[in-house]
Amino acid sequence: MPDSPDAGSPEPTVVDRKAEAVAALASVPRVPGAPKPDPILIADNVVRRFGGLTAVDVDHVEIQRGAITALIGPNGAGKTTFFNLLTGFDQPDTGSWLFEGQNLAGMPAFRVARLGMVRTFQLTKALSRMKVIENMRLGSTDQAGEKLRTALFPFAWRAQEKEITARADELLTRFNLDAKREDFAGSLSGGQRKLLEMARALMSRPQMVMLDEPMAGVNPALTQSLLQHIKDLRQQGMTVLFVEHDMDMVRDISDWVIVMAQGKVIAEGPPDDVMRDPAVIVAYLGGHHDKALTASGVSFTEENEA
Amino acid sequence: MDWSFIISTTLLAAFGIEAIVFGLAAIGLNLQFGYTGLLNFGQSAFLAVAAYSLAVLVSQMGFSFWVGILVGIIAAILLALLLGIPTLRLRADYLAIVTIAAAEIVRLLLRSVTFKEWFGGSDGINDFSRGFYELNPFPIGRYTLGPVSLSQDQLLIIVVGWTLVGLALLVTWLLVRSPWGRVLKGIREDEDAVRSLGKNVYLYKMQALIIGGVLGCLGGFVYALGRQAVNPDFFGTDSTFFAYAILILGGAARVFGPVLGAIIFWALIQGSDVILRSLIDAGVPVFSLMTASQAAVIRFILVGAGLMILMIYRPQGILGDRKELALDAR
Repeated sequence: MPDSPDAGSPEPTVVDRKAEAVAALASVPRVPGAPKPDPILIADNVVRRFGGLTAVDVDHVEIQRGAITALIGPNGAGKTTFFNLLTGFDQPDTGSWLFEGQNLAGMPAFRVARLGMVRTFQLTKALSRMKVIENMRLGSTDQAGEKLRTALFPFAWRAQEKEITARADELLTRFNLDAKREDFAGSLSGGQRKLLEMARALMSRPQMVMLDEPMAGVNPALTQSLLQHIKDLRQQGMTVLFVEHDMDMVRDISDWVIVMAQGKVIAEGPPDDVMRDPAVIVAYLGGHHDKALTASGVSFTEENEA
Repeated sequence: MDWSFIISTTLLAAFGIEAIVFGLAAIGLNLQFGYTGLLNFGQSAFLAVAAYSLAVLVSQMGFSFWVGILVGIIAAILLALLLGIPTLRLRADYLAIVTIAAAEIVRLLLRSVTFKEWFGGSDGINDFSRGFYELNPFPIGRYTLGPVSLSQDQLLIIVVGWTLVGLALLVTWLLVRSPWGRVLKGIREDEDAVRSLGKNVYLYKMQALIIGGVLGCLGGFVYALGRQAVNPDFFGTDSTFFAYAILILGGAARVFGPVLGAIIFWALIQGSDVILRSLIDAGVPVFSLMTASQAAVIRFILVGAGLMILMIYRPQGILGDRKELALDAR
């Protein structure tokens, strides 16, 4: 079922957020660590070492507010580690990063989430033995009934629960999961779990959504609808940062692409520019992929003779 | 065979002190393990600190019954904090290791010669329950409930015990259907997911450990007052594992699971014992080959075999939902 671009939003907006984001980023230089006109997240000197291996070593990077930014790079580039650091799931050796002007370094993950930066996981974390609707309700923050002293008195949280349930139902409908409302999350398919995880993250009304490989393990039939949901996030004013391997998807939805290799940011720019960048091609395919075979053959024999 | 004796003994076990003590211990474990996924293998230590706080304060230090109860509850809270602070940030298995070791440390301290003056060594303490039974509103006499006959003191502890069980169930029921309980279930399923949704997982795990410990420690009071004595060896690891067996038998993460489990578990243990003894006394062929003390061991073999059969054919316990359990194996 093809979604219209405005599916789910209460009234059709005339503002085209994609055009806005692209226009804002048009004059940004295509260099690693480029300053953005309106950054929501600024990271400086973030280093994470695992023993002798430096997994992440990012000097400076800025994420533009209201845009969809893709974080790509070959396997082992440190994308997921960087993600874990930014969201408080791992602690860096050095570095600081500002989200909406507030330093998040050393902050536990749950506080980061409360500030409006929520994430999803590469391996989907649906809460299997809880119903879909309960998964959704859990996503809402600032619930009075989640405090021990009010939990025992249902009258203290029942009204809020009703309001949360209404919002959860609205999101489930938007994500086509309303038929699964009373099913255990563990009985959903892989793609439906991705949808549930994204919908659950939205329950907290985030400003920034961090998606770790949103397309991994999703069947092609669901891909289009998932892509549309990500575009909808931007349309509703949220900032999206996602890690992805699927280049078609990156090209399709992202306004800006940041490329990491061996822990460092090696290139930045709009998708088409970045994919033509020699440094990116080298990082993905290796240094000498485009030379004529004869030339290397000659040098090989020459070396042999020498 | 004396059927009325068999029935009354079994009923007394099913609804008597043992069932209450282990029912309360299992209700606490249910909140910790069934709902939050915390592997507390030291539940017997929570019962021990409560029972001994009461016994030591009343008999050795001359405080009143109520002070003993209050200090016992505080001791259980402190024990939960002591166990939880270093381990709850780590993976679940660390809590299991620390709690099982801590429970043994508590038991060995209580029975040690060094502290014999305070804790009574392996003999325990037995002169502290007068303050409780002086409060007994039931007049002196025998009370007959169906086939069971009780003294006024037995009646009192059973009434108080089941009232505590009822209150513990009410608290559990209110908690697990609240948004607070929903966070606990989320933590059991995947604590990183819950963290990513802005919940302070460490705080919730600590709260669950404390509340489960306090609910369990009520069982320690009932044990101490019902026996009118405390003995360190009751608080060994086998008591913790009885409580786990009861929880799983009844159905984990079900409010009434632990109580149903406790009733059935003790009915089976005592019932099989009296039936075997009666068969031996009656000189029934095969059974007359064993002695009464052998029968006491055989019943555990029978109950163990019964539990194995239950785990194979009904792994979710009596009240559990098989569909829910099957989801885990994805």
